[in-house]
Amino acid sequence: MSDHDSSHDHDHDHDHDHPHAPITADEKPGYYDVMETAVRELLVERKLFGPDEIRRQIEVLDSRTPALGAKVVARAWTDPDFKSRLLANGRSGCEEMGITFYDDTQLIVLENTPDVHNLIVCTLCSCYPRPVLGLPPDWYKLKPYRARAVYEPRAVLEEFGTHIPDDVEIRVSDSTAVIRYLVLPMRPEGTEALSEQQLADLVTRDAMIGVIPVSYLKEAA
Amino acid sequence: MEATPQLIDSVVPALGELPVFSVGDAVNILTRSPIGHYRMPTYLRGKSGTIEKVIGTKAVDNEEEGYGRNAGSKGHYYRVAIPMTQIWPDYIGSPNDGLRIEIFENWLERASHV
Repeated sequence: MSDHDSSHDHDHDHDHDHPHAPITADEKPGYYDVMETAVRELLVERKLFGPDEIRRQIEVLDSRTPALGAKVVARAWTDPDFKSRLLANGRSGCEEMGITFYDDTQLIVLENTPDVHNLIVCTLCSCYPRPVLGLPPDWYKLKPYRARAVYEPRAVLEEFGTHIPDDVEIRVSDSTAVIRYLVLPMRPEGTEALSEQQLADLVTRDAMIGVIPVSYLKEAA
Repeated sequence: MEATPQLIDSVVPALGELPVFSVGDAVNILTRSPIGHYRMPTYLRGKSGTIEKVIGTKAVDNEEEGYGRNAGSKGHYYRVAIPMTQIWPDYIGSPNDGLRIEIFENWLERASHV
């Protein structure tokens, strides 16, 4: 690859006209890159799975984005029966909406209320509700967040611009095994007239991790 | 995920079939330090908590599964509530703040009081 890139002379037509540095891959692969390639090649060589299964799984992962979680949240805000089923069993609630759990994890949906604020973390690695949110953000996987979320959650939240009053209980859920979490944020005030899709558009990934609330700023009329 | 249903009187469950702990039980987290990849974070070993929820469906012990030993390793997970001030003596925040974590039953023992 790098041979090709270094001889890449940019004499062909570009489909886009913004300038950028040549896209190269001249950095040496790290220890874990080499390990991943070696293990993958061995598994394919032993016919335990094929390249197409790897490609297919990447397609599965790419199909999961925070927009799915946002749809679940908006449905819970507008349909009280759905909300109670979702809180009783997060996985079957999501499955009801057509979201599959390809990784065979269970899901607990944690409801934020005026008295309780939930925050999710995985101190051991990077467990995350991937079936409904897709891949976790980098900060979620890095040690500072993982260590501090369980030790000084209020300071971490302040860094996200979220102030939780002292009379509100903070509950940090640490994912360790087969259970994943999704935070059901509070529905912001002034959204009574919005449709379910408009509500879903307000819900962001970070709100479903629990580091920020969902906010609604009415556009100037 | 559902809670275990009430049994009919004449039904005798197998050993280990029903959850050992119930909601509200006080538990201690063991302080074992096995070698390998263990799902019980060290910052919580030796702490005490309360069972908040029994994860109804039995699941494979992930720690055994990590070494390819799945057979017969199924058991219950419990969602355990632990006050932050119990984990961190210098915790800054509300005394009501807490941690929640799912723990496999072989890491828990019954506590007489929290």
